[in-house]
Amino acid sequence: MMSAPTASPSEIEATQPTRRNQELGLLIFAWFVGTAALAIVGVGTGEGLPDRFWLTLGVTAGAGLIAHGVVRALAPYAEPIMLPTAFLLNLLGLAMIYRLDIAASQRAVENGSPEPTPESLGQLTWTIVGIGLLCVILLIVRDHRKLQRYTYISLLLGVLLLLMPLFPIIGHTVNGATLWIKIGPFTYQPGELAKIVLTIFMAGYLVIHRDSLANVRRKVLGISLPRLRDTGPLLGAWVLALAIMAFEQDLGTAVIFFGLFVAMVYVATQRFGWVVLGAGMFLVGATLLYLTFDHVRVRVEIWLDPFQYANDSGFQIVQSLYGLANGGMFGTGLGQGYPQLVPFASSDFILAAFGEELGLTGIMALLLLYGILVQRGLRTALSCRDVFGRLLASGLSVVFALQVFVVAGGVTKLIPMTGLTTPFLSAGGSALIANWIMIGLLLRISDITRRPPPAGSRELTPPPQKVTPS
Amino acid sequence: MSELALTLLRLGFLVLLWIGVFYTLGVLRRDLRAPREARPSVVATTASVSPAPRRSRSSGKGSRLVVTEGPLSGTVVPLGSGSISIGRAPDSTLVVDDDYASGEHARIYPVDDQWIVEDLNSTNGTWLESTRISRPTVLPTGVPLRIGRTVMQVRK
Repeated sequence: MMSAPTASPSEIEATQPTRRNQELGLLIFAWFVGTAALAIVGVGTGEGLPDRFWLTLGVTAGAGLIAHGVVRALAPYAEPIMLPTAFLLNLLGLAMIYRLDIAASQRAVENGSPEPTPESLGQLTWTIVGIGLLCVILLIVRDHRKLQRYTYISLLLGVLLLLMPLFPIIGHTVNGATLWIKIGPFTYQPGELAKIVLTIFMAGYLVIHRDSLANVRRKVLGISLPRLRDTGPLLGAWVLALAIMAFEQDLGTAVIFFGLFVAMVYVATQRFGWVVLGAGMFLVGATLLYLTFDHVRVRVEIWLDPFQYANDSGFQIVQSLYGLANGGMFGTGLGQGYPQLVPFASSDFILAAFGEELGLTGIMALLLLYGILVQRGLRTALSCRDVFGRLLASGLSVVFALQVFVVAGGVTKLIPMTGLTTPFLSAGGSALIANWIMIGLLLRISDITRRPPPAGSRELTPPPQKVTPS
Repeated sequence: MSELALTLLRLGFLVLLWIGVFYTLGVLRRDLRAPREARPSVVATTASVSPAPRRSRSSGKGSRLVVTEGPLSGTVVPLGSGSISIGRAPDSTLVVDDDYASGEHARIYPVDDQWIVEDLNSTNGTWLESTRISRPTVLPTGVPLRIGRTVMQVRK
């Protein structure tokens, strides 16, 4: 008879590195870069260290350390790069928002108008809330596979969240887009959370219906197209995206939802036909929107020739392009450009602000950081041992990737501008905390994936009596 | 502040940012090299070069279970000192989502210096190479183990 195998924790650690110390190292470095950015903002603008400089440093250091401690305790085998990368992006965003606050208050002094409320304080608060929610997610979701149970509840919740801005009383419209809910002094964009729960729904749904979606009816031009009756879900997502557009006037979110769904169906079925079909439906939908909505048409016209509208509707994109040109290769230096000339520089156009003050060199570093983040997410999906986790991780990574593409493309006039936030950088609490929750889920999946199997999982079945040599 | 100092700060910050990027990439590279991480591309090449390294049959027990075919292809399960379960049940160590697999299909556990595979009365059976196993059987390294549409093998 055999003796039950025992393994001391140190033995497991020796065979399966947890990489928590590397994470701590990266976090400290990220904090140092963020601190440097904040200090240079003060020097560059000539205002000295920003208000609440020390407070910000202390609070962000504390938040980073707490997040690290929670990961160490609750997800010890999670991969070490996502948390520091997100932290670094968040800190750089904070520094840029401080910088834009300074510009806004300087302008207020020149014009003799009252001091505007600084956005950075809110962003700092949301950063703490976001990192706190990351910890809460790691605490509540001990095993991502349990989330599969909530597939249809997620669908319900997601649709409810998307509809909330349309409800009377709490619904709230800003700049033509009905995306917010307002309860007391707080406004919130529920669509950001809808992204997460709908990704959970799609992952759960596709685990079950993957096989029928992968069935092939016929081949057209060498591409196997899916059967007509299986296109229902994709059609549903398409209608949902169009409805978001029609009722809430939010082009960016519509694009993200549809792109996410097509990408997840493609990952689940590995059939390129779905991508072709998705692209086709996107073109039809885009044409429909172009013909139906004036403001979509305006966006396209601005995109085709912004300089013709340089003084009215194209002002934003033209200023953004001037800013990027002013930044050049190495940028004007933090605090020394004019990023505040672009409307909404702190949210939709924060990449343009970075492009001006850090130049192409800095923008490339930022895009590379996003690339690393997405790579880590997709790598987690690839090594995940259950299909639900694979789909969830790839869906969450695709949301980050699509968002960065749509924003960077819009700011540089590669594609028409859609109002979307840049993950972790942009001012805006709703997006920031949703992004941190997504990182929490990805960390949980990667922890489960990389964790060695428990030593004591044998009591489920009686030990075998006989062993035949092969 | 002088022009020179500002320029130094401006370029210095970019250098710092890029050091951060390369530091991250360094950690990433070390992480990719980790012995237990899934490395599908590497797995695929080694699989095509040496289909079944039979020579290693008797030389000690393998350290990881590599999925070579099926929807989970490329997945690597680190083999520690405990048993691992394979099946459709979501709490299995390796969740094979496959109509030909049972909820609790099979399990793999160590005995002395070997890995033993045991079929848990599955409907479609567990196949070692081309034989359906009926009793707990030694699972040598490099020998394909088929469960439903998933094929895996123990590697060093």
